[in-house]
Amino acid sequence: MSAPASPSELTDGAVGDVLFTREVELTRDRLVRYAGASRDFNAIHYNDAVAEQVGLPGVIAHGMLTMGLAGSALTDWLQESDPRGVARVARYSTRFSRPIQVPATGSVTLTITGTLGAVDQTGDDGEPRVRVDLRAEAAGVTVLAKAQAFIRV
Amino acid sequence: MVGAVDASRVGSVFTGTPPFEVTRRDVVAFADAVGATSSVHRDVDAARAAGYADLVAPVTFAVVVAQEAESEYIADPASGIDFSRVVHADESFAHRRPLVAGESVTTAVHVDAVTTRGPLTLVTTRTELTDAAGDGVATVVSTLAVRGADA
Repeated sequence: MSAPASPSELTDGAVGDVLFTREVELTRDRLVRYAGASRDFNAIHYNDAVAEQVGLPGVIAHGMLTMGLAGSALTDWLQESDPRGVARVARYSTRFSRPIQVPATGSVTLTITGTLGAVDQTGDDGEPRVRVDLRAEAAGVTVLAKAQAFIRV
Repeated sequence: MVGAVDASRVGSVFTGTPPFEVTRRDVVAFADAVGATSSVHRDVDAARAAGYADLVAPVTFAVVVAQEAESEYIADPASGIDFSRVVHADESFAHRRPLVAGESVTTAVHVDAVTTRGPLTLVTTRTELTDAAGDGVATVVSTLAVRGADA
């Protein structure tokens, strides 16, 4: 495989540089779409009564929806400068620190920010990587912890 | 009661799930749900122009394949996991390459750890995804936190 051009911010940027931001409105509609697309039909993601029964304040977003939305913000940004940007993502991981409550009507805003976390990293294959740190916030609360992607450069 | 999860299953491997056939509809519906807007997820010509065999699955799509396979272990009553008391603690993907539409993916779910931390039991599975040629495509590691009955 030839080495296509990297997003220049990945190789020339400084650690801490903000690479991209994206805002997404989380609605019940999106939760139901994600349930169908992912085949994760846990009722706490669409039914308030069930959510309250298990001690939640109400319906919450799938953690994997939040991780997926942040991943899309990353790969859409990579794709802007490289048609094989998706294939550059070697690793992507997170912890789910807080659930996001999603109202029955209206929406809650998820804000995703990607920053250059570290350069001169090395993958399992010995090839170079850079680390992009992803931040996801809803209602002023950080919902993903230590969300990191290692990108082939 | 705490500790209902059967720790003796650590080291077990589950391979009983039929191969996952990735369809174009699967890829587009998932891309819509997670807001992946690049044409490589939606336009076969764009995907092929970028060197892929077909539509490219978004970066977290492998969880769909993994969760279906994990259910062979998680949903088995003998595992002792009460799914109504489960929250997702963490998730990790390692990709050799992206999944693409049209391929058939086989899985092996490894139970890597069952550990107790206060009222929580943490269950870590590692699902290896393999393509039709027998090559590894991705590894999906997932940790579920199961609350004890009093937590």
